[in-house]
Amino acid sequence: MLIKKWGIALLGILMSMPVLAQEGIDTKINEAIKPFADAVSGFIFSSFPLAGIQFPFVLVWLIAGATIFTFYFRFINLRALKHGFHLVRGDYSDPTAAGEVTHFQALATALSGTVGLGNIAGVAVAVSLGGPGATFWMILAGFLGMSSKFVECTLGVKYRNEYTDGSVSGGPMYYLSKGLAERSDKLKTLGKVLAVLFAVFCIGGSFGGGNMFQANQSFKQVLAVTGGDASWLADKGWLFGIVVATLVGLVIIGGIQGIARVTSKIVPIMAVVYVSAGLVIIFSNFSEIPAAFASILNGAFSPEGMAGGVVGVLFQGFKRAAFSNEAGVGSAAIAHSAVRTNRPVTEGMVALYEPFIDTVVVCTITALVIIITGTWDPSVDPSQGVALTSAAFESTISWFPWVLTVAVVLFAFSTMISWSYYGLKAWTYLFGESMITDIVYKALFLFFVIVGSSMQLGSVIDFSDAMIFAMAFPNMLGIYFLMPVVKRELNEYWSDYKAGRLQKFGKAANRS
Amino acid sequence: MTQALLVGTDCSECSHRALDHAAQWAKEAGLHLFVVYVIQWSPYSFNTAQENAERHKRREEELERAHAQIIDPIVERLRSEGVDAEGIIRHGHPAETLSALAMELKASNIIIGRKGQSLIKTKLFGGVASTLVQISETPVTVVP
Repeated sequence: MLIKKWGIALLGILMSMPVLAQEGIDTKINEAIKPFADAVSGFIFSSFPLAGIQFPFVLVWLIAGATIFTFYFRFINLRALKHGFHLVRGDYSDPTAAGEVTHFQALATALSGTVGLGNIAGVAVAVSLGGPGATFWMILAGFLGMSSKFVECTLGVKYRNEYTDGSVSGGPMYYLSKGLAERSDKLKTLGKVLAVLFAVFCIGGSFGGGNMFQANQSFKQVLAVTGGDASWLADKGWLFGIVVATLVGLVIIGGIQGIARVTSKIVPIMAVVYVSAGLVIIFSNFSEIPAAFASILNGAFSPEGMAGGVVGVLFQGFKRAAFSNEAGVGSAAIAHSAVRTNRPVTEGMVALYEPFIDTVVVCTITALVIIITGTWDPSVDPSQGVALTSAAFESTISWFPWVLTVAVVLFAFSTMISWSYYGLKAWTYLFGESMITDIVYKALFLFFVIVGSSMQLGSVIDFSDAMIFAMAFPNMLGIYFLMPVVKRELNEYWSDYKAGRLQKFGKAANRS
Repeated sequence: MTQALLVGTDCSECSHRALDHAAQWAKEAGLHLFVVYVIQWSPYSFNTAQENAERHKRREEELERAHAQIIDPIVERLRSEGVDAEGIIRHGHPAETLSALAMELKASNIIIGRKGQSLIKTKLFGGVASTLVQISETPVTVVP
């Protein structure tokens, strides 16, 4: 009850903001935040020159890690695909455990946090700046990222906290602190430090990429379909922010799960609509598919006129894949850890499907649509990602921008709900679980929704990228120490699987 | 091998008639009677992260409530009437779960009440009884 009162009071403050606001509140918020945002992103994206372009260290860190995990677990990303599918389908789910969180549900929840603007806006930017060849590197990064997800989600389940009331909390902050402490006394301190760092960055990421970026991009798209600069909404980003913040607030503070539940049902439908529309466009230009693939392959290895040559193209593809599927960042491990299983590696094998669906399937479809319709434009402003994808779909399906707008807003909304949870888990890890800490975090979260809608994208997009990518430093460093634990469990499980010692249930039992 | 009957209940009026029918049958034939209550649930639903984190707790609560308010009173009553009854609660799709349970428990017959709803409603939303008749590999008795 008290929470509801707090929520109503907070909403009241939010609602009164337009009254307090004079002309140019957008610019004021923007000016106040920009120097800080620029400083943070400048630090995280410290880069070194490679083939004439500035290559951020964090990107090398992510891809190198994903490659190491792929080899260390002997191509788990490919060899566990079939078994992972059977796990998702429920072949190994004991019916007496029905009613618990299934592999499918954990995967679907994690996916709703990652499928979104990265797949729509990010890909358009990658293809425009890197040419069609960027698609190849994006797909490759998606495949490698599957191994990162495997290891982090396995650890997320293995080291989660299970409370006496039956609820669970998991994620990198728990496996970094508990896992490293288990390995040796020396690592205990390191684990604690990494866990705290991760939690700090995760909170930042939940305000940045998981919040401001989403609010910002969905406002941009709403603006675009309602008439661009001539739209009534043109300088009313704050108003859009308040509406969205109110809806998010109703869910996370008001506890009105109905809204979240409705969104969580519509989002998969929108994803299916988006993918179907993409396929319709691709197949209605059937004759151009071979040429599109040829340009992807040619562009990947011998690009013409692209800044930085192959490295430049690779950079664009890798960057957008990493931002879209978040493999190695550690966020998904929080969502996956709620699954009910006594073999943590099973969730890792299910989590493989996240980058696969997100990057290898959905991003590739967006890329193909943009390449086939020829709407990519090397001179594009990176902030116009959604607009570019929108134009690509519009060229074949004239009314699609409206559908895309609904999809963008819903994807953004569900991503915000997911990230508010990730951020809250990190926040309570640092400050303890209490109603006050809870409400402070949620109020801040809503404040940043409004900030995100009011800010110019340049600094928002950099800050968002920066905070989310920063999570990868403590996360992956810790994982290197914990890999052997996962390998041991994987080997045990895999030999059980190969020897047919895993029990199947229901129809699956009759099939074998 | 002892024979057993399985009766599905959802605590509505019609399922009471099914229950009475099953109880009488079990008593007269000296059969073991499984009284089953299925809590609507799908393994393929989409939930928020928050819901997932609290799912185990909610499930325990659902089971406890179903025991206390539905299954336990029924089983107690049947036992006092001299029926060899046993209560079972499962999560899942009602018809599929009843059918799978009957196979698992080697029941010789599933007894279920029908809602007596209009044809259109059944066509649109499906009925547990009609679905069960279609999919079950165990004989089904539908009590009107």
